[in-house]
Amino acid sequence: MKRFMEKAVRWLLTASGFVTSLVILLIIGFLFTEGAGLFREKVIEEGYVLALHKDNPVRKMDAAQIKAVFDEDVTNWKELGGPDLPITAFRLEDMDKYFTEEELGEQYENAPEMIAALIGEHPGMVAFVPESMIPEGAQLSFIDDNNISVKEVLAGSEWFPTATPAPLFGMWPLLAGTLWVSFFAILFALPFGISIAVYMSEVASERVRNFLKPVIELLNGIPSVVYGFFGLIVIVPMLQQVFGLPVGESGLAGSIVLAIMALPTIVTVAEDAMRNCPRALREASLALGASRWQTVAKVVIPSSMSGIASGVVLGIGRAVGETMAVLMVTGNAAVIPHSILEPLRTIPATIAAELGEAPAGGAHYQSLFLLGVILFFITFFINLCVEYISHHNKAKNS
Amino acid sequence: MEKIEAKDVNFYYGDFHALKGISMEIPQNQVVAFIGPSGCGKSTFLRLFNRMNDLIPGTRLEGQILIDGQDIYGQDVHVDELRKNVGMVFQRPNPFPKSIFDNVAYGLRVNGIKDKKYIRERVEESLRGAALWDEVKDKLNDSAFALSGGQQQRLCIARAMAVSPSVLLMDEPASALDPISTAKVEELISELRSQVTIVIVTHNMQQAARVSDRTAFFYMGEMVEYDDTRTIFTNPHKEATQNYITGRFG
Amino acid sequence: MNSPVYPTGYHLRKRRSQTAAFTVFRILSYFIVLVLFAILGFIIYRGAGVLSWDFLTKAPEDGMRSGGIFPAIVGTLLLMLGSAVVAFPIGIMSGIYMNEYASKGWVVKFIRLMTNNLSGVPSIVFGLFGMALFVKYMGFGDSILAGSLTLGLLSLPLIIRTTEEALKDIPAGIREGSLALGATKLQTIWKVVLPMGMPRIITGLILSLGRVSGETAPILFTCAAYFFPQLPNSILDQCMALPYHLYVISTSGTDIEAQQPIAFGTALVLIIIVLIINLLAGGLRKYFEKRLKLK
Repeated sequence: MKRFMEKAVRWLLTASGFVTSLVILLIIGFLFTEGAGLFREKVIEEGYVLALHKDNPVRKMDAAQIKAVFDEDVTNWKELGGPDLPITAFRLEDMDKYFTEEELGEQYENAPEMIAALIGEHPGMVAFVPESMIPEGAQLSFIDDNNISVKEVLAGSEWFPTATPAPLFGMWPLLAGTLWVSFFAILFALPFGISIAVYMSEVASERVRNFLKPVIELLNGIPSVVYGFFGLIVIVPMLQQVFGLPVGESGLAGSIVLAIMALPTIVTVAEDAMRNCPRALREASLALGASRWQTVAKVVIPSSMSGIASGVVLGIGRAVGETMAVLMVTGNAAVIPHSILEPLRTIPATIAAELGEAPAGGAHYQSLFLLGVILFFITFFINLCVEYISHHNKAKNS
Repeated sequence: MEKIEAKDVNFYYGDFHALKGISMEIPQNQVVAFIGPSGCGKSTFLRLFNRMNDLIPGTRLEGQILIDGQDIYGQDVHVDELRKNVGMVFQRPNPFPKSIFDNVAYGLRVNGIKDKKYIRERVEESLRGAALWDEVKDKLNDSAFALSGGQQQRLCIARAMAVSPSVLLMDEPASALDPISTAKVEELISELRSQVTIVIVTHNMQQAARVSDRTAFFYMGEMVEYDDTRTIFTNPHKEATQNYITGRFG
Repeated sequence: MNSPVYPTGYHLRKRRSQTAAFTVFRILSYFIVLVLFAILGFIIYRGAGVLSWDFLTKAPEDGMRSGGIFPAIVGTLLLMLGSAVVAFPIGIMSGIYMNEYASKGWVVKFIRLMTNNLSGVPSIVFGLFGMALFVKYMGFGDSILAGSLTLGLLSLPLIIRTTEEALKDIPAGIREGSLALGATKLQTIWKVVLPMGMPRIITGLILSLGRVSGETAPILFTCAAYFFPQLPNSILDQCMALPYHLYVISTSGTDIEAQQPIAFGTALVLIIIVLIINLLAGGLRKYFEKRLKLK
């Protein structure tokens, strides 16, 4: 009985030991299956086609071009490699511009024929209509409907997931937004983080340190919505006034809030590294007549560099993945930012803001999971860096 | 003239009375060894001479320590200046994680010397003085960690000597070394005595006998006996000393 | 050897630059203390007037323009409890496995790497994952169950790490002493190792609860309800939660005038929870440290 218990417990403990690994695998699995689905979706909304006059030779249009055509930014087929012909974009909503209700019939039963005829009359027309509304054997051409391509998604510079007929999933603005905000956040947090770490580990008396440590811990414990709320109520209006901005919600607001949030991570890890710098090294330096500051600058900091670097990288990880605070203060404009004073949107904020509205299983939904995959791998990579840096350091010290 | 003079020194770690009423004089250019069992206060006493104990919170000193007639715990003493003049070599080799050259040049640089040519000459001179030059002259830019333990300790001696102190404190400098390296360090000590006054703490009585001119025996925070090394080892006046050097305890 | 000629008065320059540098560090450090106090002070100042017995015990009314936050408080407490049920046993067992059973070597390294990686996964990714696995795949729907599971997984790494570190600091001799008396490994762990490590483990557990109480992103799509004034009946119901409530009220409010005080009140309650948890963890740590020293 006792032997059996020992065995059972051992088995149970082993199983729990691998739970985190299992979770990582499941995260990768689930996010990937949903995210990769995006590349199996068609560019044009499901069930719809883009119909053309039968003489129009254009067959290929990517999502960005389709959007440009329907936004009337592109108005001539010439620009799409076709004949010199003005483009007329047609949507179902435009029906009443061309037809009367009597013509269409009570149940719209005549609509397919009418539309086919309409396209036949307009050589420059492109019609965005349901597949079911194309009469059989109609003399029409169609734009090829390809799968959404990896390049369009990863390198695309426009994020319009709800655009019709073809949504745009260019993730570059979101990635750029994330990187901008994180970069500035670390830029702000770094001088403070290192200074506080040096102060706590090298300068402050034990009493002051015992006061600062809980302060930093508390800073770490405050929920991100509270930071977001504080940012929204205090920092955003302040920035708006100081810089005379049209809106205060901006990358800068996000960076400041993130800097405060990333600070505890940087301080804790860097301080730990400095306190772990061997006493023998400090004493060697002091015994040669170096001042405490010289000792810190020339011996302690260089020898704890890898710990400090780990702290900074972890801080970056925290900034990259932070959701709520950023969502609340950056203004969430999905455009590639030209300045940190403009509104921008990060990957986590996009997921948080849009997943609620995206119909499950659709391209938009899948694109958000793909963003999740990208985010996961960014932070995964960051963690591997930290692992490498600290491991490297251990090898060097031993 | 006496180089170092301790006058009725009492030292406390918090409530613990670590050194009890010690007075002693150390003459110029001599090697003085402190011996005694672990925890007898000999290292603590040594670390008073360059105020290394200042770093430990909750310690308290009574009495005076004079170097060249000046109270080193006086108001007008800059501790950095004191340590520049009183070098120290530690129990375990503790080179900086820097190149061999930068290790030796460190003390000069932190004390304001910027002349590169002079630093180079001085580094070579110090490494020669520590009998290490021939072994490292081709790899001055290598990390000091690439050296063996004995070489590292001689590097630490060169590093301390580069600043040109007038006193060199050695806290069991050979205790982490093998016999051959120990012999080299001991040889070095006898060569350096012409330049500096050396105070060495050691566990090893033979070592004290070999390298020192005078020896002090510490026990339980008190200095039991302080005399010529020969007297201490051949004809000690106190019974405790006799017991210790004959290996009855410690 | 010729002695170096040191520049005169260099020690004074050294002292000056040291004073300057340390002063800068001191100022920057206290600036951050100021920032913390500014945040806390601002929220306490604006929120204190809102806190009242009614605010804490009444449901929101009038389209969240008045009333209290009782359902959100209950929801957050339920989520804390739920995540604890999920994560505490697994986390502690995993920590025990890492320190007591796993053969030192690649297994421990691998698990530690994975655990560290999991702790770096952004909370919104946990949200996505929880939605895909618990809400959709397992069919729990938006529910306290799905939210608790998601939050539980999120807090696992912290629990595992503190458990492992707590056990690591227990000297091997104590285990050997017990084994030498004929106790089995399990008995040794249960009767000797765990009780000794418990103080630090408990501190870790409390801190993990603190983290759970403030998380929003993971429950966004797994649990949180925008408005759900009655209390949940089962673990398959949705619930309100304080951080989500604060988010909703401060970003998509329709009547800023009326809702901002509620937002301040909610933020204050969140801060109070964090303060309690930090004080509790800190106090516990001190208490146990003292007891350990007395021994």
